[in-house]
Formats: sequence, C-alpha cells, structure tokens
Amino acid sequence: MSRIYKVVILLLFITTSSMAGSDGQNELSKNSNGQVKDCFEGINRTVFSFNKGLDNLLIEPIAKGYRNLPAPLRSGTGNVLVNLSSLITIPNNILQGQIKTAGINTGRFIINTTVGILGIFDVAQKMGFPEYEKEDYGQTLGVWGVSSGCYLVLPVLGPSTIRDTAGSFINVMGGDPYYNMSAHGNNEFLDKSDYMLTKTLTGIDFRAKNIESFENLEKNSIDFYAAVKSLYLQDRKRKIANTKPSATIEILYEGDADWEEIETQ
Amino acid sequence: MYKKNYFFFFLLIFLNFIYINNSFAIDPYSFIQETADRASEALNKRQSKEEKMEILKTIAKETVDIKGIGFYSLGKHRKNMSDQKKKEYLEIFTKYFLKTFASRLAEYTDPRIRVDSQKKLNEKYTMVSSTLLATDDKPEVKIDWRVVTKNPDNPLIIDLIIEGVSLAKVQKEEFYSIIQSNDGDINALFKNLEKFVEKK
Repeated sequence: MSRIYKVVILLLFITTSSMAGSDGQNELSKNSNGQVKDCFEGINRTVFSFNKGLDNLLIEPIAKGYRNLPAPLRSGTGNVLVNLSSLITIPNNILQGQIKTAGINTGRFIINTTVGILGIFDVAQKMGFPEYEKEDYGQTLGVWGVSSGCYLVLPVLGPSTIRDTAGSFINVMGGDPYYNMSAHGNNEFLDKSDYMLTKTLTGIDFRAKNIESFENLEKNSIDFYAAVKSLYLQDRKRKIANTKPSATIEILYEGDADWEEIETQ
Repeated sequence: MYKKNYFFFFLLIFLNFIYINNSFAIDPYSFIQETADRASEALNKRQSKEEKMEILKTIAKETVDIKGIGFYSLGKHRKNMSDQKKKEYLEIFTKYFLKTFASRLAEYTDPRIRVDSQKKLNEKYTMVSSTLLATDDKPEVKIDWRVVTKNPDNPLIIDLIIEGVSLAKVQKEEFYSIIQSNDGDINALFKNLEKFVEKK
C-alpha cells in the first residue's frame, strides 16, 4: 500500500513541478506543436556514439544470435515479455482513465498467464481480444499534460526525455508490480536478478526484431542521431495521444509543391 | 424540332465534358496497390541489387512527388533561397532521394504488402493504409501512404508513415539538424547530400 502511495505522490510531484515551470500555454497543451528541445545535444551525441559502439560490439551480435533460435522459442519468449508488460500497462490504463481497456488487459493477462502457461501462448489474441497497446508512466505523465522536457540519450537505454526518464523511475519506486515482487517480494521464486534478466531480454527481443530496420536507417541517414531522435519523439507523441498510426499529422498546401504540417490531435 | 436538337447537342457536349474530367481519375487505393505490386515484382526478380535499384528509381520518379518532399524537408530555410539555389538543391535532392528510396527497398526480398483501406482527407490528398505482412523474423508493419490527389489523373506519394512515424518528417529533422549545427549555413546540407550521393 505504501508503494502505491509513493507512486501517486511522485506522479503528483512531477505533474505540479512541470506546471509551475510552464508558460501555461504550449507547455501544458496536448495540442502543442512545439519541438522538444535538445538542451544537452553535445552530451547526448557523445552518449549516442557510446551506445552505438556498445551496440556494434555486444548488443547486435547477441540479437543476431537470438534470431537464430527456433521461431517458436523466440515467439514464446516475446509473448512472455509482452504479458509481463501488462503489469505496468494496466495501472497506467487506470491512471489515464481507460477503465474499459484496463479491464480488457486484466482479462488478457489472466487468460494468458493461466491458459497460456505464464504467457508463452497468446491465447487471448486467438479468442479475439483487441490489439494490445503498451502503456507506461511516461505516457501517463504526458496524457496528464506534463511537458516532455529536454531530449535525453541515456547510456545503454537509449533515447528518452526528462519526463520519460522520470516515468521509468516510477517503475522501480513501486509502480511495477513485477519489480516489487522480484526485488521486495521475499519469495523463493523471484529475485532482483530475474527482473534484470527480463529487462535485458526485452531489449534483446526488441533489437532482434529491428536488426534490418536499424541498419537500413543508419545506412540511409545523413545525420543518424537526428533520425533516431525524430523516430523516438514521433513515436512517443503518437502513443501519448493514444491514436492509431497516421492520425497525428495533417498537411496543408500553400501552393504547388509546397506544404506544411499542422497537428490534428 | 430545332430546339430539341440543340438541347441534345449541348447535353452531349456536357456529358462528354464530364466524361473527360473523370475518365482518367485514378483511385488512390488502386494506385498504391499497383505501385506496391510493381515494387514487389522488381524485388522478386532474379537480378543484381544494382539492377533492382534502377527499376525502383524509375518507379519512384513516376509515383513520388520528389519536388514536394524536397521543399518540405527544407522547412523554413527554403523561403530564403534564391531560385538558382532552389534549382541546385532540387537537382542534388532528387539524386539523394532516389538513392535512399531504392536502397531502403532493395533490402527487402519478397515483401508482401496488403492494401487495407483508404481515407479521403480532403480534395488534395488521401491516406491509404496498408500492412507489410509478418515473416518469421520480422513482425507485421503498418504502412500508411499519403497520396496527393491535386491532379486526380496523376496521384503522387508524398510521405510514408511507418507505424505512425512519418519518414518525410524524419528527413526534415535530419536536414534541420545539419543546417542548425552549421550556424544556419545551407551549403553544409548541400555538401552532406553530395557526400551521400557519391558514397558507394
């Protein structure tokens, strides 16, 4: 109970801090068309280069090895990880006022954990449950009107913003039931290393699914750092707006071959 | 009697006019399906990567609004450019665009794209939704195509939105980043584009 209390206090603190620092217009507006500032670009670019080196040396080879595992094994692992992510998605559904979706995701989690044997099989999908969308505390803060703050590149973890990083901290401060069970659960089945292993596997699974996309992006970019930043921020914006792909940008014509964009959220 | 003949004569001209105005309008849904099929066929052919890339470049020249994307990617900087500079830019941008377009697609072998639906957003453009079907290694990908229908007889693609990420916007932000990190000097962008085009 004290953990839930901590999470709520932390969320309120982050929200009110942002409001105090905003100009009351763009910063709080969900329809803001403003750019996310890259306040620490120099440091970010250095960390980005470090991450790229680490990826070339370690993460990508592991991801390629993971890709060589039999498809059913990879698919089962991916399903287990997605199922575990429901434990963060469900409280965030509630915090964002998506009560019906929270109910659906709870049903999905129960079915997949029991009938689907700890989430190895996505039985709920076969039963016709709607498509699953992950939610996290960074998104909830965004839905509540907290501005993203500056863009950040975190060592190993990659692109983020101040708001999204704060959201990640909420996970380990009581917001992630799986972390609570493994780190503080005092049980014989889980400990902190299981949590770390799960998070590492999530990263490798994601990397393995995107090997060609990343290579392609890097090869065809004239500023890879800027391309990754744009990808991350566009994706987060869509997720916070809870829209389906493509609904976020409208384009108007000023004249022949001349167009600009406006937001339509 | 004459009056009646005149009436039919003008009616025929009117109907003919309507026919001329509508007969060649191409449905964006069919346009994307046809373009995806053409690209897929090119990628499935048993030929070298270079040959595939040449076919893909031809498809892009016919189906993409390269000039529109080029000016969009420049953002506010295009407003301060002379006509001569714009001409130079379009020349180098076209080469850059065709190279990235062909190179991005040439990595795929046997891509299977299912065109799902279309939504007319206004008279000027339509959004066509499609799905790149999953394989053993890669998950399913949602791809939306922005199609300019300013000229209904010749629809053109102006953007691809992959899982909600606009590729035109990614490109615009790359260009912006290069110009900004060179104190607003547009020539730095030109140099980067040239370097990319010359790269093997």
